[in-house]
Amino acid sequence: MNLGRSLPRWSLGILLGLVLAALIVPWLSPYSYYAPSWDEIDLGPHWHSGHLLGTDDLGRDLLVRLMWGLRISLLVAVCASLTSLLIGVLWGVTAGFIGGRVDAWLMRAVDVLYSLPFIPLVVVLTVLFGRDLVLLFIAIGAVSWLDIARIVRGQTRSLRERDFIVAARVGGMTDAQIMRRHVLPNLAGIIIVYLTLTIPSVILTEAFLGYLGLGAQAPLTSLGTLIADGASQMRARPRLLICPAVLLAVLVYCCNRLGDALRDRFDPASQSL
Amino acid sequence: MNSTTPPLLQVNALSVSPAGVQGGARVVDAVSLQVQRGRILGIAGESGCGKTQLLLALLGLSPRGARVQGQVLWQGQALPAQGAARLRGDRIAMVFQDPMTALNPYLTIATQLCEVWHRHRPGARAQANSRALEMLQAVGIDQPSRRLKQYPHQLSGGMRQRVMLAMALMCEPDLLLADEPTTSLDVTVQAQILDLLLQLRERLGMALIVVTHDMGVLAQLADEVLVMESGRVVEHGSTSQVFAVPQALATQRLLEAARRLDISAAPAAGGGT
Amino acid sequence: MLRFIAWRLLAALPTLAVIITLAFFLLHAAPGGPFDADKAMVPEIRTVIEARYHLDEPVALQYLRYVGGIVRGDFGPSFQYQNTSVNELIAQGLPIDLTIGTLALLLALLLGVPLGMVAALRRNSLADRACTALALLGLSLPVYVTAPLLILLFAVTLHWLPAGDWGEGAWRNLVLPVVALSLPYVAYIARLLRASLLEVLQAPYIRTAWAKGLSGSQVLWRHALRPALLPVVAFLGPASVGLITGSIAIETSFGLPGLGRYFVDGAFNRDYTLVMGVTILYGVLIVLANLAADLLQAWLDPKVRL
Repeated sequence: MNLGRSLPRWSLGILLGLVLAALIVPWLSPYSYYAPSWDEIDLGPHWHSGHLLGTDDLGRDLLVRLMWGLRISLLVAVCASLTSLLIGVLWGVTAGFIGGRVDAWLMRAVDVLYSLPFIPLVVVLTVLFGRDLVLLFIAIGAVSWLDIARIVRGQTRSLRERDFIVAARVGGMTDAQIMRRHVLPNLAGIIIVYLTLTIPSVILTEAFLGYLGLGAQAPLTSLGTLIADGASQMRARPRLLICPAVLLAVLVYCCNRLGDALRDRFDPASQSL
Repeated sequence: MNSTTPPLLQVNALSVSPAGVQGGARVVDAVSLQVQRGRILGIAGESGCGKTQLLLALLGLSPRGARVQGQVLWQGQALPAQGAARLRGDRIAMVFQDPMTALNPYLTIATQLCEVWHRHRPGARAQANSRALEMLQAVGIDQPSRRLKQYPHQLSGGMRQRVMLAMALMCEPDLLLADEPTTSLDVTVQAQILDLLLQLRERLGMALIVVTHDMGVLAQLADEVLVMESGRVVEHGSTSQVFAVPQALATQRLLEAARRLDISAAPAAGGGT
Repeated sequence: MLRFIAWRLLAALPTLAVIITLAFFLLHAAPGGPFDADKAMVPEIRTVIEARYHLDEPVALQYLRYVGGIVRGDFGPSFQYQNTSVNELIAQGLPIDLTIGTLALLLALLLGVPLGMVAALRRNSLADRACTALALLGLSLPVYVTAPLLILLFAVTLHWLPAGDWGEGAWRNLVLPVVALSLPYVAYIARLLRASLLEVLQAPYIRTAWAKGLSGSQVLWRHALRPALLPVVAFLGPASVGLITGSIAIETSFGLPGLGRYFVDGAFNRDYTLVMGVTILYGVLIVLANLAADLLQAWLDPKVRL
């Protein structure tokens, strides 16, 4: 698959760079992301000692904390997206393929759930059930699958009438086999399109929860938490707000840009939003 | 015919190259033609031969970025791009192929008819409505006052085509360009529309350029026929001539196709020089 | 049309039922009760208070009692603010949310539509590319990022506007929250309109309009804009959901006493009734917003006459 020319190179490069940095920097840096260091409080960017972005109010190296926050954001984003993908695809393919009353009920459930105020419910979930990271992915994933279910169901319905599916039926394949062997591969394009939409959105949701004080529990940190901390100290130490804010913005911007390009490639009929 | 009056429309070596294509590959290639007042010129050709692009170029409506070369003379005077704009809808009108998509689904019939009048006869705004009613009656639409308040999707295909005609006739143009006026209609309605066009020529002395791939239509309507292939004119002559002794291969193919559809290929009684 | 409205409201009932039930059982299934934070409470007093709030009854009974209250329009007493009912808290907070939300939406339309139009009409020019990049940036910056940054710039550094606080709804206090909340929507609407307008301009009926000799602005305003706006109107329904979420962040960042703040505080303090009351209210607002968006769409699109 030749993606070379149509993909925005800067965005791809920056994104890969960030992922790499998130993996490598904390490993390379001598500084811990959570242990306070009382004699190194409030340093500005200081190349000497290796504090490339300086330290925060507890003497913790800012760069390392940012990279850890990035790790968490990426981890949650990927896991939550995969969760919602799993649920959504299963739901949509089942509804679209079986059709009839099953389809009607499954989609009606989606309609009802669509109008729920999700963020409030996610907030409730995360507050109540502890700040387990796994629970976080599941909670976020569980509220994002509706769109993919609808889209997949639509695609499946139109695929169902196509000749090769009818041929497979006649040839004796069971519904499950057909769904697995024929329908799913044809959904690949749509799924990629969907992922490009969800990943940035999930990153933002997770950061939002972090901002509210939910999400990843201390000592783990998330970009959202870092932003919240920075905001509360913005008069004295604006650097603590600006660095994570810029990082989050760049991350999401690159994801969105890449997403637009991938969507244009896989589904030129879709409107780049 | 007075040989010193210039023809209504004179086209000299008109060429259109689509945007983004360097050198060669013209969709309209050095086409020359002439239309006298009150005469009907038929342009025949298979789809893709450039006939629609030719009509659009005459009106100055070639797609953005296309390069148009050659000369278009209206009543002996050269038409710059702005000039064409002034004549559009007023002296030269066009009827498009698919009436469902060519009419704006979000505006009433009345709005779409009256705006032509308002645009070109600003001093006589008050008469717009009655003129619209008159035109709807002229094209044979029943209950015209009711139709005015309706939207395109509430009318049948045949009625929509008539509405398009009425819209084109609002300012009594000297020349009507018709792109496949009967192709998307069923047979009975086709015959009615063709009759209507002939009547209009009788009553209003209006000239007509009819573009179609259906030779049967031209047999009934046209005085002269031009055959196009790959952007060039390959045959030109009076209708009876072209039908009796087709020279170009393209013409023969078109006649074959018409014959196979069992449409009478005999030229109309009043045609030919 | 009235039948349509009635039908939609009726169809919303299952959704509301789901919200109520879900929220209720989630809150009750969680470890820890509403008064765990008050460690200083003597056991006997705790028993009395729990009895007063019916917390000692079986969960199913509590549920029925709650639903009964809702039907009568009573959201129950707040657990945090001992002498206040949730209804009162809602009455205090809701106007703030509505003001900021509506203003943000209007601002988003006011800025987003022209931006989208310029981008579409000057396609691929510098102006278009700039607008598109700005829009993408707006989408990538969540409100809880722009809010503190705006405060940093306009309040802390420049001292032009207050850093927070409702201040009885003075307009100066509204500016930053409304702008921060509207930014992602300006971006979304601009992109949506650009794509939609570009598509509409390719439609055959636009060519007909040109062929009739109409001027450029007539073609744009009378023929192209209305169909192009339809997706934007359709978006207003889901946008309201986002505005609600956004308002939570905005109120937290700016210290505004709106529903969002109550909600977050209530969630942390396990104030069951407050959290549920606000969640249900959000659900109702979403239903109403979607209904309004649909009605607006029907008004614009003659093919969808009710």
